[in-house]
Amino acid sequence: MPDSRSEDRRPWSERSLAQLTLVRFREFIREPEAVFWTFAFPIILALGLGIAFRNKPADVVTIGAIHGTAARDSVVARLQHAHGLRVLSMDDSAAARALRTGEVALVVVASAGGAEYRFDDTRPEGRSARALVDDALQRAAGRKDPMSVSERKVREKGSRYIDFVVPGLLGMNIMGGGIWGLGFAIVEARRRNLLKRLVSTPMPRSHYLASFLFSRFFFLVLEIAVLVGSAALFFDVPVRGSVLQLFVVCLSSALAFGGMGLLIASRARTMEGVSGLMNLTMMPMWVLSGVFFSSSNFPRVAQPVIQALPLTATNNALRATMLQGAGWSAVAPSLAIVGAWLVVSFALALKLFRWR
Amino acid sequence: MANVPALKVEGLRKAYGDVVAVDGLDLTVNAGECFGLLGPNGAGKTTTIEICEGLTDPDAGVVEVLGQRWDHDERALRERLGIQLQETQLAEKLTVDETIRLFRSFYVRGRDVGDVIDVVQLGEKRSSRVGKLSGGQKQRLALACAIVGDPELLFLDEPTTGLDPQSRRQLWDLITELRASGRSIVLTTHYMDEAERLCDRVAIVDHGRIIALGAPRELIASLGAEHVVEFTTPEAPPGALDATRLRAIDGVMAVREHDGRWTLEVANLAQTVPALLAELQRLQLGLGELATHSATLEDVFVSLTGRQLRDA
Repeated sequence: MPDSRSEDRRPWSERSLAQLTLVRFREFIREPEAVFWTFAFPIILALGLGIAFRNKPADVVTIGAIHGTAARDSVVARLQHAHGLRVLSMDDSAAARALRTGEVALVVVASAGGAEYRFDDTRPEGRSARALVDDALQRAAGRKDPMSVSERKVREKGSRYIDFVVPGLLGMNIMGGGIWGLGFAIVEARRRNLLKRLVSTPMPRSHYLASFLFSRFFFLVLEIAVLVGSAALFFDVPVRGSVLQLFVVCLSSALAFGGMGLLIASRARTMEGVSGLMNLTMMPMWVLSGVFFSSSNFPRVAQPVIQALPLTATNNALRATMLQGAGWSAVAPSLAIVGAWLVVSFALALKLFRWR
Repeated sequence: MANVPALKVEGLRKAYGDVVAVDGLDLTVNAGECFGLLGPNGAGKTTTIEICEGLTDPDAGVVEVLGQRWDHDERALRERLGIQLQETQLAEKLTVDETIRLFRSFYVRGRDVGDVIDVVQLGEKRSSRVGKLSGGQKQRLALACAIVGDPELLFLDEPTTGLDPQSRRQLWDLITELRASGRSIVLTTHYMDEAERLCDRVAIVDHGRIIALGAPRELIASLGAEHVVEFTTPEAPPGALDATRLRAIDGVMAVREHDGRWTLEVANLAQTVPALLAELQRLQLGLGELATHSATLEDVFVSLTGRQLRDA
């Protein structure tokens, strides 16, 4: 009898791997929330951030100058012509109030032969106002610059905030897709006794797990295309490196996060339990791994840990590829970190995984 | 091959911590037979059937399914079995057709998906999502997933629990048809009418052991009483009626009392009921309710354990 069963003439589409992968697609596209969080949300986020942090022309700094005496009025007159300054002439108490509320960045109080600057030196506007006002007043008083300088203005795409944040969002999306995508689906199947039902059939267990990886692979291509495509369309965000390299970086990190999702889901029986574990895993990376701001803002002692996180490595490799056009050798260290997470999490997950 | 039993279990034992779920259980299910494990909730039926299905490891004992063992032949064995678990919630977002097609894909050989849908009478629901099905329809879908691999042996764990009477009858007809097609079936149930109606033989299970085994008719006959008489005497003072007095009535085989309700096992109603009424009259006890029914497996369970199946 085993002989007659071993010959299998079914077309591939009727076999378990294809059918299980189809189930993954069907369950995903029939869940409108999942489609929204995967595709629409990152675009909306990128649009919002792109508008909020769009590059503005060099700001004009507003300052206050106290009027009343002849010396003071002449200072007001001199500053009116200075470049990059808007001068409000006001009395003492109005000036104090304006400084406190941030309406003006600095207040000039002139006296015969000198001036006092009142400003908050911890605010960048205060410091730049001081430099501008001082420069204007010293020149008007007859200062000659001992060295001649020239300026050339460089505003390049690739160095704007939107350029920084799009690769971060892509990395975050890949992490969410892997961890949420596998974690929830597997724990839900275990909770419903469906995993047990599946292993009571001759289904090869590897096919069940592989179906998740295949469907992730497909949706990953879509995610990259949608996010990178719309960032290029709306904001001119560049992809300077090779598209193949970008894809390899995305794929390896998607596999690593898939492994982590599998590991998180390997034993949990309840949705609450697995949600807690997933948030515990992802929350530190949202903050530390340089999604919205550079991870170099964190103290030096924490850097070895932060740099070893899979999302940090992913974001570094994505930025190097998209923004700097770096080649394979530049992203190799990041890929190695991602690869280590991939191997360790898969190995542990397969060891711990509970089917029943 | 015909002589190989569908299922052979010897000395099965399984404990969860201090709780002994299965306590030295032996049974043999013949090929082509429909065999029932009947017992109250918590008797160890599900643990037993899941060990037989290769889903739970026993602490001790031997299980042979269709002449094969789980430790060597798991993959080959799974091709030959159909399994319905007690509580499986199939994916709600898939349709009936997609679900059965998925399960079909796991078997090298099996039945046509459309045929199976017709067999379980879900033709009209073919394209409906699983989440929209009624309880009975879901249970028939679960049965479809169990038979789509064209199994030689079918395990059904509580196939009709929680269903309305009409859905239960529909499932009974399906199971009867499956048995008629020559498959061996092992099912668990805590409904005695289900076991009586479907099973060639039943094992009554209590506290992880088999306490009675045989064809339903034989087990009922073993009571020695064809009928059961139940009555109450609402106004009788306590102690006015006792078991010895009742047992003395002609044709009474056994007497039990529970919450003021008397139960007599009797051989012949025409002989015993008039005698009972005369006795009550002689004692000047008013009769409350009086009911009689033919003896069932429930009565067998009660006579063996002193408890009702339902509240055991």
